[in-house]
Amino acid sequence: MSAGANKGLIAGIDVGGTFTDVFVLDQSSGEYLTGKVPSRRDDPAAAVADGLSTLLADMGALKTVVHGTTVGTNALLERRGARTGIITTRGFRDVLEMRRRDRPATWGLRGSFEPVVPRDRRIEVVERVLADGTVLEAVDPDAVRAAARHLLDLGAEALCIFFVNSYANDANERAALDAVREVWPNDHVTSAASILSEIREFERCSTGALNAYLQPVVGAYLARLQGTLHSNGFAGKTFIVQSNGGAMSVEQAQAVPVKTALSGPAAGVVAAARIAGAAGYANVITCDMGGTSFDVSLVADGQSALAAQTAVDFGMVIRSPMIEINTIGAGGGSIAWVDRAGLLQIGPESAGADPGPACYGKGNERPTVTDANLVLGRINADRPIGGALETLDENAARAALDGHVAGPLGLDPMAAAEAVIRVANARMAGAIRLVSIERGHDPRNFVAMPFGGGGALHIGALIRDVGLASALVPRFPGVTSALGCLMADMRHDRVNTLNVALDDVDPALVEADMRHTMAEGETILRQGGMLLDRIEGEFTLDMLYAGQTHTVSVPISLGEAGGLTREIIAAAFDTAYTRSYGRLLEGISRRIVSLRSAVIGRRPATDLSVFAAPVGGSLEDAILGERDVWSDGGWQRAIIYDRAALPRGTRVLGPAIIEQLDTTIFIDPGLAGEIDHFGNVVIREAAD
Amino acid sequence: MSIDPVTLAVLQGRLEQIADEMDATLFRSAFNPIIAEAHDASHGLYDAETGETLVQGKTGLPIFVGAMSFAVKSVIDHVARQGETLSPGDIYIFNDPYDGGTHLSDFKLVRPVFRSGRVYCFLASVGHWHDVGGNVPGNYNPVATESFQEGMLIPPVRLFVAGELQRDIVAILQANSRLPTSLYGDLNGQINALDLGERRLQELLDEYGDITVAATMNELQARAGGMMSTHISELPDGVFSATDYLDNDGIVDEPLTIGLDIAITDGRMTLDFSRTASACAGPVNIARSTAIASVYVALKHVFPDVPANAGVLRPIDFIIPDGSLLAAEAPKPVGGYTETVLRVIDTVFVALSKAAPERTSGCAYGTINALSLAGHRRDGRRWVMFSFYGGGHGGHVDGDGLNHGNAPISMATIPPLEILEAAYPVRFTEWALRPDSGGPGEQRGGCGAIYEIELLEEQADAFLFGERGRFAPPGVAGGGSAALNKFEYPVDGVPVTPPMSSKMVGMNLVKGERVRLETPGGGGYGPATARAPEKVAEDVRLGYISVVSAQRDYAVVVDEAGVVDAPATQALRDPAL
Repeated sequence: MSAGANKGLIAGIDVGGTFTDVFVLDQSSGEYLTGKVPSRRDDPAAAVADGLSTLLADMGALKTVVHGTTVGTNALLERRGARTGIITTRGFRDVLEMRRRDRPATWGLRGSFEPVVPRDRRIEVVERVLADGTVLEAVDPDAVRAAARHLLDLGAEALCIFFVNSYANDANERAALDAVREVWPNDHVTSAASILSEIREFERCSTGALNAYLQPVVGAYLARLQGTLHSNGFAGKTFIVQSNGGAMSVEQAQAVPVKTALSGPAAGVVAAARIAGAAGYANVITCDMGGTSFDVSLVADGQSALAAQTAVDFGMVIRSPMIEINTIGAGGGSIAWVDRAGLLQIGPESAGADPGPACYGKGNERPTVTDANLVLGRINADRPIGGALETLDENAARAALDGHVAGPLGLDPMAAAEAVIRVANARMAGAIRLVSIERGHDPRNFVAMPFGGGGALHIGALIRDVGLASALVPRFPGVTSALGCLMADMRHDRVNTLNVALDDVDPALVEADMRHTMAEGETILRQGGMLLDRIEGEFTLDMLYAGQTHTVSVPISLGEAGGLTREIIAAAFDTAYTRSYGRLLEGISRRIVSLRSAVIGRRPATDLSVFAAPVGGSLEDAILGERDVWSDGGWQRAIIYDRAALPRGTRVLGPAIIEQLDTTIFIDPGLAGEIDHFGNVVIREAAD
Repeated sequence: MSIDPVTLAVLQGRLEQIADEMDATLFRSAFNPIIAEAHDASHGLYDAETGETLVQGKTGLPIFVGAMSFAVKSVIDHVARQGETLSPGDIYIFNDPYDGGTHLSDFKLVRPVFRSGRVYCFLASVGHWHDVGGNVPGNYNPVATESFQEGMLIPPVRLFVAGELQRDIVAILQANSRLPTSLYGDLNGQINALDLGERRLQELLDEYGDITVAATMNELQARAGGMMSTHISELPDGVFSATDYLDNDGIVDEPLTIGLDIAITDGRMTLDFSRTASACAGPVNIARSTAIASVYVALKHVFPDVPANAGVLRPIDFIIPDGSLLAAEAPKPVGGYTETVLRVIDTVFVALSKAAPERTSGCAYGTINALSLAGHRRDGRRWVMFSFYGGGHGGHVDGDGLNHGNAPISMATIPPLEILEAAYPVRFTEWALRPDSGGPGEQRGGCGAIYEIELLEEQADAFLFGERGRFAPPGVAGGGSAALNKFEYPVDGVPVTPPMSSKMVGMNLVKGERVRLETPGGGGYGPATARAPEKVAEDVRLGYISVVSAQRDYAVVVDEAGVVDAPATQALRDPAL
């Protein structure tokens, strides 16, 4: 990229467990650069700077950095958050530890749970608000200050204030927050209702406590990141991708780090939705296959499905809208084994990146999915992706499969390798069915988009198994999340609990709530300073029939002619309910549980035609060679192509392999891959 | 037909997914929170001739996994007895607990799946309805002496005949419930689940063929049986016994013995319940099918890797005498079946702990504590707050027991107290872990809970159906017992405990009065004196145990701040020195 073209550079950065991926785009010329450097556990910010400096001589030309981070996720999973305290209502200090009275596994009573805030750092004060918002007992600021001082004496660095029923009236929580600020030495103070103003005490307390727990860690990381980037000459703005796929400013991220828990994976889904949308597909199932897991997410009509909450681990619940991603333990490093009933199983145990699959020769002798792919000839032993290894040890892979699968099952070695792939595929297909067929979507209307290192090896089998229309392999599957960071819209969310019968609701008040959130969101989004096309509000009501406990999402909008009315809400509910369950129920009153608002700052669209494949040239020129690939019970001769050299509009017939630096695509016999106008490989039945 | 290992693994997942999807459909669309939130429901595929469980969902209520095969079998027997002919689209409905297991609240829907004109297998759905009549709202009547006082009893009848809904049956069901709307919503959810299951199964059969799928299901059962045999043969041969007690039956205040002798020989296990009390007057009887289902649940907890199908029980024999508490017949009341089921599970744990302690854990809190508060609001509307409460799980070889878990027979979560306060005129004044409730042990039992509830309306009645007020959850491998269940309600402003300890009807409350429930923790694992003094001190510092318990139960002398008096502790633990 020439110096002159460095005007309006924007960088998307995804820090993963193994690699830090960078995608830099020149917004004026459409030129782009991609980079991949090893992540650094000790100093993730340094890897970001490394990644950027390998691509850019001068970071001064960079205007914007948008970042997907796993710092928060890892701190939660590894319990490396800050020493945190909780100040709470008298009688309720164990809410965090009692959870919703659950257990980790249906069978076997061996569970345990250690809350991130231990019991001695949960201090009670006298105060009480009733469910209708009445203040029964006002909080005493002196008692709160005393509790805060006690927590400081115990070494607390961060604090969460959580009071029962604060969703209905947060006056006591706010008064306590004001009192604490007078004595607390830093900004790491969270009031639970300010993060989540929604009924359900455990979920609100957990979300608030995890936020406080993350504040010092994520705050320090982001400060360090900005310092590192600035010392390299970067003078622009930094943004962070939230779990809901929208971006927020660094300042926001420091205040609500709990919203970054699924930052990186969410960015990947954003990119997949945009890439597929540009190629003309509004319905996508994203399939991210990494070393230890397979993550599936559904995009319908261009919209990602959002989940209201997730559990990062048993009892670690975050209730905040996030892109719904279903994870199963079936990645390239997942171990294949035969259980005591003689059934072949894949995962959830994984060899990870270190020691990695048996073929890495780094000490693991049990077979993995990657070992099976290698033995079947689908991976090139001399060209491992990622670049960390020179070659892969095929003999080690075969020995592992012989000893742990072929022997116990009485299969010959090749059949054993194929069995591992088929069972892994069946599990992945199950995960796809879960998000599609089980949610009432017809798979024939969806395309699959594989990303991550391994997805493209399995995607042909998956679309056949589930009955998907086709698969779209993007130009850079290995840096999809980084690309997604570039594309993410700005977003601000809010939930208000209403808990009222439809017949009793005042629609004018609901509308006033919507306008208030819209104004608040606009202010926050504008403060970020990101270039935005426009700002939109998306509103849904969580509604149900009186007596039910599970809600349906009912979309409503601001600016109805004549204002929002009960009739409009009723009609919207009936439509949504019919779509979910088929038939309406007569004579039962409808209730509104809560209002969910999202204020979205739309970014200018990224022109994806920049990824288009070269025009002209021939299929033959892209051939790298041939090799035998095992498929459907026998060896078949497959041609190997170089992805970068495949010209636009050409069609590759399976069995074939397409190689590129960050992934390997396997086109099964009977399938064909076509290079579209945006550089994607579209895989479908050759006969279609 | 032998089935290749790959198809087997693939079809196992596909079949389970069908059952799971049926579960999910009902949970989402159910009306009553006992199904929607507590997941007190289950779905599966059952053998066309024997009714044996072929495939069961992973998300349904564990106790049903064992019970549903009896429900399907009772429909098969009914059809044969009556000489009825099954047609595609038929659905039978019933809640008879003596044949089909569990209690009257659980309505079972059974549907034959046809292939080539013959019954290929059955699909079934069971769900706990909110109210099925009887003397007590919610049907936990602790003073019932006949099932007629517990609710309506429906024998197997055809709800759908060849796809046609019999509306008169729906009308009969609705007329017999205090909550007809909830009933209607739940019934619809179960029908939806069966429709979906039929569709998915037909697709799968079209794809893989009837014979392959049948062979797979047979093979999965054979393998579960084989795996169970392997587990049993790894246990030492011998007879291993346990005896536990129910507090009383709610009618007569005398303990009821559950005596179990497990004989293990040559990879088979015989569970002999001959030392168990006779059927009782009150509602803690269970049917034989329920007793067998309880054992199934206990064994699945001890050997969680065995696939969930009928094969689990192949190497198991039962001796359950006729007329016993565990083989009740109509019209003996069975409404409190959960308490007896939990006690059977506890005896299996304790008996097996003598054969293989590391496989088991201290007993869990062992009572469902069905507590309801009911009254009328100022505007005359009736309200009923009905919920089950939690307690501790037992210590185990890998660590301390879980604090505040759900019962071993269920995966139910507790409703948020904020939702209860928003829905009913009550406020909780305490919702906390209960110190000193976990059984002492090298691995301590998890803590039970304290729930204290204040009435905000003028007047209400309270009902409680609980247990473990007289006999605490035992530990295993030398671990101590957990605390007893304790319930207090006000009489003339003074807190008292019910005469039957944890069972009581019609307790009257006025505005501002409180009831207080303190639930047991779990039993300990291993001798308490083997617990490291610093771990005992940490428990004191965090308030899980008191200074008194540290000294009495653990022989550790420690102050409130968690500072151990090492010489004094040494002297207590090893007086010889």
